[in-house]
Amino acid sequence: MNDVLTESRPIRLKGRSFLALALTPELPLEDWLTRLDDLASRSAGFFLRRPVVLDVEGLDIDRSQLRELVDQLGKRNVRIMGIEGARQSLLGADLPPAMNDGRPAADYEAKMAEQAERAAEAPETATQAVITAEPLAAKATPSIVVTQPVRSGQSLFFPEGDVTIVGSVASGAEVVAGGSIHIYGALRGRAMAGTTGNASARIFCRKLEAELIAIDGFYKTADEMEPNLRGKAVQIWLDGEALKAGTLG
Amino acid sequence: MGKVVVVTSGKGGVGKTTSSAALGAALAQNGEKVVVVDFDVGLRNLDLVMGAERRVVYDLVNVIQGEAKLSQALIRDKRLETLYLLPASQTRDKDNLTPEGVEKVIAALQSAFDWVICDSPAGIERGATLAMRHADIAIVVTNPEVSSVRDSDRIIGLLDSKTLKAENGERMEKHLLLTRYDPIRAERGDMLKVDDVLEILSIPLMGIIPESADVLRASNVGSPVTLADNRSAPALAYFDAARRLKGEALPITIPGEKRSFLGKIFGRKAA
Repeated sequence: MNDVLTESRPIRLKGRSFLALALTPELPLEDWLTRLDDLASRSAGFFLRRPVVLDVEGLDIDRSQLRELVDQLGKRNVRIMGIEGARQSLLGADLPPAMNDGRPAADYEAKMAEQAERAAEAPETATQAVITAEPLAAKATPSIVVTQPVRSGQSLFFPEGDVTIVGSVASGAEVVAGGSIHIYGALRGRAMAGTTGNASARIFCRKLEAELIAIDGFYKTADEMEPNLRGKAVQIWLDGEALKAGTLG
Repeated sequence: MGKVVVVTSGKGGVGKTTSSAALGAALAQNGEKVVVVDFDVGLRNLDLVMGAERRVVYDLVNVIQGEAKLSQALIRDKRLETLYLLPASQTRDKDNLTPEGVEKVIAALQSAFDWVICDSPAGIERGATLAMRHADIAIVVTNPEVSSVRDSDRIIGLLDSKTLKAENGERMEKHLLLTRYDPIRAERGDMLKVDDVLEILSIPLMGIIPESADVLRASNVGSPVTLADNRSAPALAYFDAARRLKGEALPITIPGEKRSFLGKIFGRKAA
């Protein structure tokens, strides 16, 4: 039994960014759905097998209307993988999960067979249904510095590179970075470094009291960390498939 | 323009209502014009703690929905001329609070009072976020135990993101009020130490209120502890906290310890 417990083959958790289409419905919804049908009829299968995020920011609808909208889209083979900009109260287990921190990108135009001709006769028609894609901004700064503590319940997500925090990361807070994580304070919450597949990322903190640490998907919970490192200034790195930790200074 | 103060905590039962009433009464005893507003719609308690439960006719929700004028809903304290209460509704729920309505009421109170003390409900939902929305100053009430500290940390995060001040890019002034501090249990190591709480929350300390039977006794007779027995240990601690709220720099003593740890407090940089 002991062998099983100490077996160092943890489940891998990885962060990954995908390109999703964001649909922005407008009121009245029936008109908007008609315009969507119009777009779909000109470009059959446009939404098939594409991940679609529904952006309802600022849209004044209630829960049942949102459900109805998701159902209506489902009937049109538009499968909603997540909902952006919705109040917590609008969502529930019967609806797709909330998504946030989406990054804007250039508008994405539906490719249509007769797009060229149509564009020639009426340039506006092609842009009637606004569909924006949200990939990661490729030219983002490679690192950020946060000068406030990361509080419980807050999530700091920076897949582009390194994160430096001048302050502590509270219990129940999380920091997710594509690169390394530097914490000039106590790490009491979760830190996940190298989430975009960077095995050379490291985690540094002035005081290790973490709930969970991970590098490139390999993770350790508080129980699995060496007790003598608790409360110490520590760095954590990945050696093959094993998380290693050592004191600093 | 009066100052708007929110008394908040995330966790329930830590002493928000007791502290709101005690600080309100302490400020009013110095002649300041104070109104304490109960935001806990559906579970109101402030009227009981302030001994005004039989005098509630109209409430915050009535005012927000235009069914009563603000002056009709305000209840003047029988003992202190400058202390007022705006009670919450017990029969409605928190969905009756609208952002526009709350904004109007707070603006009206702010022009008539020196201090508007908003007693927040527990939790992080509508009632709590509306109570903190217009605040200039936040008092984070925390007990020296891990769940209360973590909930307070969560609330501080919301104070720094969901309030008008935060949205305007300004910094919310935040104070930590450590309540129900028991020197004997602290000595035994059953409670978090003051230093540990401060290290985790990293906001300035405005007072330590000792756990005391005086607090319970005062609420049972419907009197803020700073009015019921103004020589008791918790009352004295609240009087000091009220002075710090007004900007005075007073040394803080940990109940049960003679030594002031003023040096440590001033040595600490609030994050």
